[in-house]
Amino acid sequence: MGLIFTHIRRFFTILRSEVIVLPGRLALVLFVIALLALPLFTQDLYFLRIVILTSIFAIFAGSWDLLSGFTGQMNFGHALFFGVAAYVTALLNIHLHFPPYLSIPLGAVGAVLAGLVVGIPCLRLKGSYLALTTLAFPIILTGIVFAIPGVTGGELGLSGLSRLSSSRLMDYYITAVCMLGLGLVMWLITDSKTGIILHAIREDEVAARAAGINTTRYKLLAFCMSGFFAGIAGGLYAHFMRLAGPSTLEVGLSFQVIIWSVFGGMVSIYGPMAGVFILNPLMEGLRVILGKYPALPEMRMLLFAALVLLTLRFMPEGFIPWVLDRLETECPRCKIRNVFFRHRCRICDAAMS
Amino acid sequence: MFLDILIDGLIKGSVYALLAIGFSLVLGVARIINIAHTALYMTSAYLIYIGTKQLGLPATVSIGAAIILTILLGLLIYRYFIRPIQEHEAAMLIATIAVAMMLQEVFLMTFGGHYLGVSPLVEGYTTILGVRVTWQHILALGLALVVLVGVRLFLFHTRMGLAIRATAQDREVANLMGMDVTRVAMATMAVSVGLASVAGAIVAPLVTVEPTMWMHPLIMMLAIVVLGGLGSIEGSFVGAYILGFAESMVVFMVPMGSFLKDSVALSIMILVLLVRPEGLFGVFFEEER
Repeated sequence: MGLIFTHIRRFFTILRSEVIVLPGRLALVLFVIALLALPLFTQDLYFLRIVILTSIFAIFAGSWDLLSGFTGQMNFGHALFFGVAAYVTALLNIHLHFPPYLSIPLGAVGAVLAGLVVGIPCLRLKGSYLALTTLAFPIILTGIVFAIPGVTGGELGLSGLSRLSSSRLMDYYITAVCMLGLGLVMWLITDSKTGIILHAIREDEVAARAAGINTTRYKLLAFCMSGFFAGIAGGLYAHFMRLAGPSTLEVGLSFQVIIWSVFGGMVSIYGPMAGVFILNPLMEGLRVILGKYPALPEMRMLLFAALVLLTLRFMPEGFIPWVLDRLETECPRCKIRNVFFRHRCRICDAAMS
Repeated sequence: MFLDILIDGLIKGSVYALLAIGFSLVLGVARIINIAHTALYMTSAYLIYIGTKQLGLPATVSIGAAIILTILLGLLIYRYFIRPIQEHEAAMLIATIAVAMMLQEVFLMTFGGHYLGVSPLVEGYTTILGVRVTWQHILALGLALVVLVGVRLFLFHTRMGLAIRATAQDREVANLMGMDVTRVAMATMAVSVGLASVAGAIVAPLVTVEPTMWMHPLIMMLAIVVLGGLGSIEGSFVGAYILGFAESMVVFMVPMGSFLKDSVALSIMILVLLVRPEGLFGVFFEEER
């Protein structure tokens, strides 16, 4: 009994001294609570649907950041992982009647294999070459999808997958928990020893190799891990939409994930995920608002592009890092982050300049 | 059949060469992966449509005006949205994607998704070896070749061309040698957008003008630039004809070819990269210091 109380007290101590004092952490905690408590306030199907899709895309954006942000292997064809997983999931579910909890991980394994197929030829390429080459793979696959409509359903795609779960509410919790869990896992990966090595590869591959790191193996590992997480997102998407179509392989989707991530702020995992949670609901909101003025021409995408362009013009590091820089300052002595209005550091009591 | 492929491949190759050389120049000099490059090519085609169909201007006037307006637009975008964030590579990339999307949406808003046609400059056709070839195709081919020769002369026989090539090879040393790198970058952008708009003017009468017409050339252009070797002008030129011919051969000879044309072109690119990671005429950029 005493042990439990100790742990509870410890939890509150951490909450008080480490979480509440920093706006960024506080916002994260509030976000998690809000996400999990949302269905208590509304069970509107359309609204839940938006949040579900946003969660799925957040996983997708996080996986892009793991590969392209953290490891620096610019991937312009990230939709490949999403699409391969969606198609594999759909084929397994439709033909072999695998339930979602089997077909989605297997779809993700398919995406890992795709990551290997892409990764091995791309390991020799760097920078812009790599970016432009990876763009090619989903397009090649799209061509194949269209060329064999018997297997892939051609332009219409594969439809009629079983539902993710019995109700929209369950779908909501499955995707939300998956998003939070996988986001945490990705963040832990970047914080681990492997993450440091991936970071080193981005900063200076030659130096990393000179330090005795087998960079080839780690780059391939990054491709596979990123493929796995993107694959989970693809599988969830296929089961939720009950459709795996060529739109999951589109160039537009590959670009979209880059836009989300760079808008949110690369190299942080939470930045891209937050980027999705800002931009995707905003787009849906715009759809609703613009829908009330039918006289206006369709200008949703135009506003979206203009918003992204202007944001990056003034916050080229991304939106989230910009906000965090305003809200938090780094202690000049001990490098611990403090909320902006403190005059002395909360740890070492040094004067904040 | 053979002549069809030859003419079609030559025109496609020339248009791709115009696009790829422009893209490659900007990539080399200003280090911008300019996704909006083919969107500017589309802009030029639309401006020609507006000029000839809606304002009733003579074709040559509207083509000239379209090219000048597109160059101005490209320079404005570069000056106010790309240059200020050139330290941030990813942000710059997204900015060009956003510009491309905005152009697409503007044309979608004003003209809808309709397939529009621009009437050819010259009517009629001639018969070569029993195959009908329209004069417009021959004119397009001629124009493309003239512009390509012009670019070649500009890059290799003028001081500005020398400055552009030098900056592309090594930005810092070029700067130390007294070249105004910012001005060179502006000039490169102007030349690059100019080439894109000429390409747009050439294809406008041959294809349908619609708001997504920039996607396919974008993919081909990126493939060509990688295939030929980043920053290599010869590479872009040769790569453009290889992929141009490959595309027409697939379209004319393979059943379901129009679905597979991108796949085949990109597979060729990947095969070449497997053998030569730096592309056909690759010159490795010295890593930025």
